[in-house]
Amino acid sequence: MDFDLNDEQRLLSESVNRFIADRYDFHAREAAMKQPEGFSREIWAQMAEMGLLGLPFAEADGGFGCGPVETMLVMEALGKGLVLEPYLATVVLAGGILRRVANEAQRAERVPAIITGDHVMALAHQEWPGPRHTTNRLMTRGVPVDGGWRLSGAKVAVIAGHAADELVVSAATPDGVGLFFVDPRADGIVRTTRAGYDGVRLADIAFADVHLKASALLGTAGGGGAVLDAVFEEANAALAAEAVGIMQDVLGMTADYLRTRTQFGVAIGSFQALQHRAVDMLMQVELSRSMAMLAAMSLDRPTGERRLHIAAVKAKIGQAGRFVGQQAVQLHGAIGLTNEYKIGHGFKRLTAIDALFGDSDHHLDMLAEAGGVPAIA
Amino acid sequence: MTMNLDFTDADRAFRQEVRDFLAEALPSDLRRKMVERRHLGKDDIVRWQRILNARGWAVPAWPVEWGGQPWTPTQRYIFQEEMALAHAPEGSPFNVNMIGPVIARFGTDEQKRRFLPRIANIDDWWCQGFSEPGAGSDLAALKTSAVRDGDDYVLNGQKIWTTQAQHADWMFALVRTDNSGRKQQGITFLLLEMRTPGITIRPIPSIDGIADLNEVFFDDVRVPVANRIGDEGRGWDYAKQLLGHERSGIARIGLSKERLSQLRHLEADLHERGILSDAERQRLRRRLAEVEVELRALELTQLRVVAADSHGGGANSAASILKVRGTELQQRMTELTLELAGPAGLPMPDHHHHDDRGADGWLEASAPFYFTMRKVSIFGGSNEIQKNIIAKTVLGL
Ligand SMILES: Cc1cc2nc3c(=O)[nH]c(=O)nc-3n(C[C@H](O)[C@H](O)[C@H](O)COP(=O)(O)OP(=O)(O)OC[C@H]3O[C@@H](n4cnc5c(N)ncnc54)[C@H](O)[C@@H]3O)c2cc1C
Repeated sequence: MDFDLNDEQRLLSESVNRFIADRYDFHAREAAMKQPEGFSREIWAQMAEMGLLGLPFAEADGGFGCGPVETMLVMEALGKGLVLEPYLATVVLAGGILRRVANEAQRAERVPAIITGDHVMALAHQEWPGPRHTTNRLMTRGVPVDGGWRLSGAKVAVIAGHAADELVVSAATPDGVGLFFVDPRADGIVRTTRAGYDGVRLADIAFADVHLKASALLGTAGGGGAVLDAVFEEANAALAAEAVGIMQDVLGMTADYLRTRTQFGVAIGSFQALQHRAVDMLMQVELSRSMAMLAAMSLDRPTGERRLHIAAVKAKIGQAGRFVGQQAVQLHGAIGLTNEYKIGHGFKRLTAIDALFGDSDHHLDMLAEAGGVPAIA
Repeated sequence: MTMNLDFTDADRAFRQEVRDFLAEALPSDLRRKMVERRHLGKDDIVRWQRILNARGWAVPAWPVEWGGQPWTPTQRYIFQEEMALAHAPEGSPFNVNMIGPVIARFGTDEQKRRFLPRIANIDDWWCQGFSEPGAGSDLAALKTSAVRDGDDYVLNGQKIWTTQAQHADWMFALVRTDNSGRKQQGITFLLLEMRTPGITIRPIPSIDGIADLNEVFFDDVRVPVANRIGDEGRGWDYAKQLLGHERSGIARIGLSKERLSQLRHLEADLHERGILSDAERQRLRRRLAEVEVELRALELTQLRVVAADSHGGGANSAASILKVRGTELQQRMTELTLELAGPAGLPMPDHHHHDDRGADGWLEASAPFYFTMRKVSIFGGSNEIQKNIIAKTVLGL
């Protein structure tokens, strides 16, 4: 058992954290949000230049062949900045699908452009009305037709869907869930840009009899559900790390505020009720950090064990994030409720992280059904 | 007298009267906005207040000669509960619960005649200028200065968190007229017209995407001495009266009951549509039962306070208990709705495309509502401050 980073990982962590500290303070984030796409192309290009967009891709595909620990380090740093650029959508979600099921030609067409920041991708999966989290109960349909597929249905709240050069769309086919490459500018597609409450731009996307070539299919029709399950596990590990970055940042800001805000002639941090609350927050941050590490270390374990460990992580992160976010706002008083101050944005992003890819309850249900969390051997 | 859980026949008849009126008088578009937790505009609130005023029920807690009703505390409680259950808007708390009662109690006859009828009908919209950057929980630390110059006070300084200052015709404000004594002394209560030269308003966007909060700056703003409430330097006493809230309303039990019943509807509807599995539904029902138990405990506690008020007694700390537990319950229910929305609730409401989702308007309102309801444990005396009060006054700590 070893919780230490190797030298390369330490360097990576330092450089991403420095990048966020230097280039992504709250004002830079506000400026990015005001860009037409809701994020900064300049920052995105710099992330590409630093090699961040290529980390998890195989060296044969032009990437660095890194693993879950590197993703954890990057996501934690991105969390501190509440970064809006589409890293999760492009590198973790769509990238995860490419790594798992795309054939060599499909990868060769996309991965190099992703790595240079020239190809933004999004996964269009969530539907409404439908279960809040499922990988196989879908209303969007992919029907085999002569020479390809016909896609119809609708997706909601697609992360980065508004800016994506290409989508991966999940759909029910006669053989089960299939995943399809879709050009968002194709006939029959209507994209409506939406503002996510966490500042992340989204799209609602409707597909009306969209014609797809046979080569649009990723892997097998019917194999998509299992791919999504695995990719969402990776995404939840990434989100756990992001949440730790946010919580750490929010805790630091709250402690600073307690030291500097005076009421009744003293720093409010001198009130023991508030000291203890801040300590409760700190304990949740440390427990969450442990869980984010557990997630990273579980991703290459056998399916059953991996799944349950990730479920435990996501359940914990959701609850801890809610507590830390709410208390950070409470201890700031009214200023915590404004959009002009970073605390409220951290609180909102932590809220979104719980909602994505199965919330705390969903994962507790999984664990309850399985009879518990696997032992660490 | 023996213990008895039932309302009297007279109270039940009163409840029916209120219910009948609301069923008739509440416009359906307003009701729908309330049900979907959409933001109410100034027009909405004014319209409803005038309907109530025409019925004589806009300001029931005021003195009868200024439009109040001779209701018992129980009737006032019933009225509030029925309003909430009918999804009626709450009106402007600044007009109805704050400045009206202060003027009615401490104002001159001239001030009463001039302001009270217009306050009741929201011919004037009022905002509350108490908090300042350095004076939140420690309100008495306020610094905005008012210097006497002939028949005027000249104001310099700033207020913050002024809700709906952008709509306001008038502000009631606490200002400092004297620095020499204890900080609670030397505070004066003024009424000022928002159009007076020297006032600047800057909106502060809040995390639910709405800009109802403001900073208000005063730069040599002249306020006639005639617009002072009571004596110079005694503003703190009048303000305490105002902040002492109406005890029968503070926990907002009616509102919580209404929200609970909406959650029950939602739970049934989402299950029927296959959005909630059987197991998820079961879990939610259990959570709703937990909330309901807490709510019932709070309701009975509230009714004990109401009954004590009817007999002219009761401990003041009850208001603090009701505030803390009442706000925690309100916040808990926003969490449950948020969880139901899940990832489909991520988009913020888009006012241009609002009706697209028809009956699912709650979906996009759930997160902003969850965010904004964090305020209820911060304002009105934060929950930490309420616990300090209980520790001191009840436990003697
Ligand atoms: C949505 C909203 C609307 C508002 N509208 C108005 C308005 O219209 N007009 C107006 O005048 N004001 C308004 N306010 C301001 C409100 O009255 C203040 O937010 C409140 O008094 C708390 O002050 P603060 O925000 O400065 O927090 P602070 O007083 O700085 O408190 C920060 C934290 O410290 C805690 N704390 C402070 N003192 C103690 C203590 N002694 N012991 C333990 N903990 C303590 C608080 O509980 C809080 O958690 C509004 C506020 C909000 C959130």
